[in-house]
Amino acid sequence: MDDLLSEFLTETVESLDVVDVELVKFEKDPNNQDILGNIFRLVHTIKGTCGFLGLPRLEALAHAGETLMGKYRDGAPVTTDGVTIILKSLDAIKDILAELAENEVEPQGNDDGLIAQLHVLSEGKTLDDANGVAASAPAKVEEAAAPVSDDGERDDSSAIKIVERELKPGEVTLDDLEAAFNSAPGPEDEAEAAAEPEAAAAPEPAAPKAADEGNLKRDKALQPQSIRVNVDTLEQLMTMVSELVLTRNQLLEILRRQDDNEFKVPLQRLSNVTAELQEGVMKTRMQPIGNAWQKLPRIIRDLSNDLDKKIDLEMIGAETELDRQVLEMIKDPLTHMVRNSADHGLETTAERIKAGKSEVGKVKLSAYHEGGHIIIEISDDGRGLNTPKIKEKILKNKLATPDELSKMTENQIHKFVFAAGFSTADVVTSVSGRGVGMDVVRTNIELIGGNVDLVSITGKGSTFKIKIPLTLAIVSALIVGIDDHRYAIPQLAVVELVRAHGDSEHRIEKINNSRVLRLRNKLLPLVRLSDILELETPAPVIEEDEDGNVIPIDTSLDENGFIVVIQVGPQTFGIVVDKVYDTEEIVVKPKSSLLRNIDMFSGNTILGDGSVIMIIDPNGMASQISNDVGSDSTEDEENEQSDKDKFANQTTSLLLFKAGTDEPKAVPLSLVTRLEEISVSDIEPSAGRDLVQYRGQLMPLLYMEGHEKMKESGRQPVLVFSDDDRSMGLVVDEILDIIDTNLNIEINVPQPGVLGSALIRGQATEIMDVGYYLPQAFDDWFERREQGESFRQKRLLLVDDSAFFRNMLSPVLSAAGYDVVTAIDPIEALKLLRDDPSLFDIVVSDIEMPNMDGFEFAETLNRDDKLKQLPIVALSSHISPGAIERGREVGFYDYVAKFDREGLVTALKETLETEGEAA
Amino acid sequence: MSDEANDNGAEEYITVVIAGQLFGLPILEVQDVFMPETITSVPLAANEIEGVLNLRGRIVTAINMRRRLGVEAAKQGQEIMAVGIEYKEESYGLIIDDVGEVLKLDMKNFEVNPTNLDPKWADVSAGVFRLEKELLVVLDVVKVLDIIHSQAA
Repeated sequence: MDDLLSEFLTETVESLDVVDVELVKFEKDPNNQDILGNIFRLVHTIKGTCGFLGLPRLEALAHAGETLMGKYRDGAPVTTDGVTIILKSLDAIKDILAELAENEVEPQGNDDGLIAQLHVLSEGKTLDDANGVAASAPAKVEEAAAPVSDDGERDDSSAIKIVERELKPGEVTLDDLEAAFNSAPGPEDEAEAAAEPEAAAAPEPAAPKAADEGNLKRDKALQPQSIRVNVDTLEQLMTMVSELVLTRNQLLEILRRQDDNEFKVPLQRLSNVTAELQEGVMKTRMQPIGNAWQKLPRIIRDLSNDLDKKIDLEMIGAETELDRQVLEMIKDPLTHMVRNSADHGLETTAERIKAGKSEVGKVKLSAYHEGGHIIIEISDDGRGLNTPKIKEKILKNKLATPDELSKMTENQIHKFVFAAGFSTADVVTSVSGRGVGMDVVRTNIELIGGNVDLVSITGKGSTFKIKIPLTLAIVSALIVGIDDHRYAIPQLAVVELVRAHGDSEHRIEKINNSRVLRLRNKLLPLVRLSDILELETPAPVIEEDEDGNVIPIDTSLDENGFIVVIQVGPQTFGIVVDKVYDTEEIVVKPKSSLLRNIDMFSGNTILGDGSVIMIIDPNGMASQISNDVGSDSTEDEENEQSDKDKFANQTTSLLLFKAGTDEPKAVPLSLVTRLEEISVSDIEPSAGRDLVQYRGQLMPLLYMEGHEKMKESGRQPVLVFSDDDRSMGLVVDEILDIIDTNLNIEINVPQPGVLGSALIRGQATEIMDVGYYLPQAFDDWFERREQGESFRQKRLLLVDDSAFFRNMLSPVLSAAGYDVVTAIDPIEALKLLRDDPSLFDIVVSDIEMPNMDGFEFAETLNRDDKLKQLPIVALSSHISPGAIERGREVGFYDYVAKFDREGLVTALKETLETEGEAA
Repeated sequence: MSDEANDNGAEEYITVVIAGQLFGLPILEVQDVFMPETITSVPLAANEIEGVLNLRGRIVTAINMRRRLGVEAAKQGQEIMAVGIEYKEESYGLIIDDVGEVLKLDMKNFEVNPTNLDPKWADVSAGVFRLEKELLVVLDVVKVLDIIHSQAA
């Protein structure tokens, strides 16, 4: 059904329900102006909407009713007749609505009789008075009113008696009808009136009998499918869910520190339920982006007329949903940008023909989801940005020197349209547009944690790309540290993470007092978080050399910090921090009004361990340091990256590092628990292996296959992998970066510790096999697992089409005490299972697979008598409540996220235990 | 405040001690009394703001009352207490030295601030009660929280 129509129906049915209640009151107290006013307003609204939607029959009826009520409102005495007729017209309206809900069109027929009565009454006559003129007008009312009204509300008024009598089929003569039509003061067409009586009289008499049935049908059809909920209620619900998420995180944090706790399983379940609840509540706040686009076609049409251009507006992905709050905020910027594209981006028709383009200019608006963000693109096939004019303007506004300009790429120059000061009035005319309020657009988008980018090709057109978070309430943030202080940086602003090292290629250098970093042959301006937050710098570290002389060491150059590369609009800069902890999903809480004057923070949040930390606002930071930050070093690569992203359907976050050789190595970031740096002097060799104290336990250190070499002194970066309470550290030379990429592993020469190679940023990169190292760290890995659980080793069948996941998960599952057999697809799995159904104890299956997907696989198993009993657990990278529901339906025992190793192991254990009990 | 007073012109106050001085807070304005655990300091914030802390899932802004009154800082390691206050739907914690009993005070012993009171104190004080043995300074919660404004002034 048309969205507009269904909305109208929901709304109107709700209004009518209110009217019903009001009418009961009205009947008792016909002179109460308030009640009448209420009813009048509701009917008026219905009338207005009907006219808008093109529903003439409803409109006419509502209009007549409104007129009468208007009279009453103005002080005309209210009669019982009047009330009855109003009630009747409302019933007729309901009937028409019921029909509408079912067939999406107004029912045939008309309500002239009712309307006539309404008119008679509004002229101040009684129905009896009118008898002379329109004696039978009321009579035919019910006949003509198509599906006819509810007759339960009749009273003994004379008019109604007439109606009742006349309602009986056969009593209406053609003459009567004709007279009625002719005398009825309705907007009746004579010819139609003459033609219709027979039709009206003949088929309709059956109507009264059908009334009861009609009532039933009406009630059913008009049952609202959606309800209106106060936004405040939703907001409050969201707040409560946020609290729940926090509490859940805290519980999980406590659990992580304890071994084998009886709370583990229920908590895991609580965790899942919370996640689903969170998603559900978020969904209630979601609205299709199309709501923000509604006005655009009209705007484009008007522009097209005003400018005498032919413009075609294409809108793709209007159904893409995003948070109500976000939607409100981007509405205006979007309208502005579309207007700009049509106005300034597109050439005039003459110019287009001259340029050999199609006469009709195209403005395309598209929206789609991409990894927790929504991307909106506005593109035109117009002339593109006018680079020379922008340059002129840059120089005029002293935004850059001619020297700087000459070194900039065209793309960098284009980005100046987002700069403040580009929106002065004369820009509108002198630069070929685009400057108009673009900085306002940018500010608005950045306000909600989004960013905007543009690509323009001269003569081909421009594309603006807006990236905004789906919701403002929960964001993914990088937790960084300075000394003991922790801060959160919204992940959206973080481009990459660079490890700075005194002796590596990433070295922090100083020009006068400004820090810079050479990053891919460009200079990245740096600021120290401790400086910008005016934190006290720790006293210089004093060290003694061999002779016992004290050497003060200048720590101000922090040679060994981490650099968080931030992009805010056209600005890219690095923030130097001491430590980088986790990425965490944080619930943004507004900061206290006492802190509102600090631009550097956008809010605060409670971490899993219960402590409160401040959330850094990249925008505030950017404006603070904009004096010394202007250049842009990574954007070209960014564009390249984002273009690739667009086509990649699934990306994986990888941690890039170097160990031993010069080739970069990578490991899925989700497998890494922490990045740590340990002092070499803390490493204690013991029984042929290196150990280090870590969080109150001894953590074994491992080396990449073939590179058993530790640094001589200083600090050693280590990747920490944890499983339950055990951690192992993998010694690496250098942590390079964290990137999101479409992981495409090509398995090659089998080499221990390496899953295969993938092409990452154009460089062959080894993907590390964590599973290979885990058992190395703990010889007792297997025994430990079995001590507590004295069951025989269960045999598990792992079905996944991706070699990467098969290779990654089998060691994990083996480590958890299972005997793992793998199958590359359900077909192979079914063959194995059918060969010997008793061989396996449990099946773990991927969902997205070619040939046969996981759901189908589970159904097949369920149909097989011999295999029906076999527990099966789903494994998927896409977890949605819908998928989980479907999973349950087809017989999956549990549903686990692909990278959630803990969850998988727990789910397996739980499933087998339940099975054991059942058996 | 007077509208909260009961019939015989008496009002209840929670007494707190800050740097040896007895203060009183109208009992209706105090949500709870707690021992702050970890307080996260907020860089760039006003000097009086001790930081933010998590009190049962709510983020509370802690105000160091010693600094607010301009008296010397508490000794290292001295145990601190906090009085929780709700104002305009936000939570605040006033960090004080100690919490005393609840007193019902007769308005006839109430006086406005003496004219020679330190401006920093006069800024947050609503008046003084003459108790038998000592004086009790009534804290005006709204004024205490008006840190940004009083800084500008």
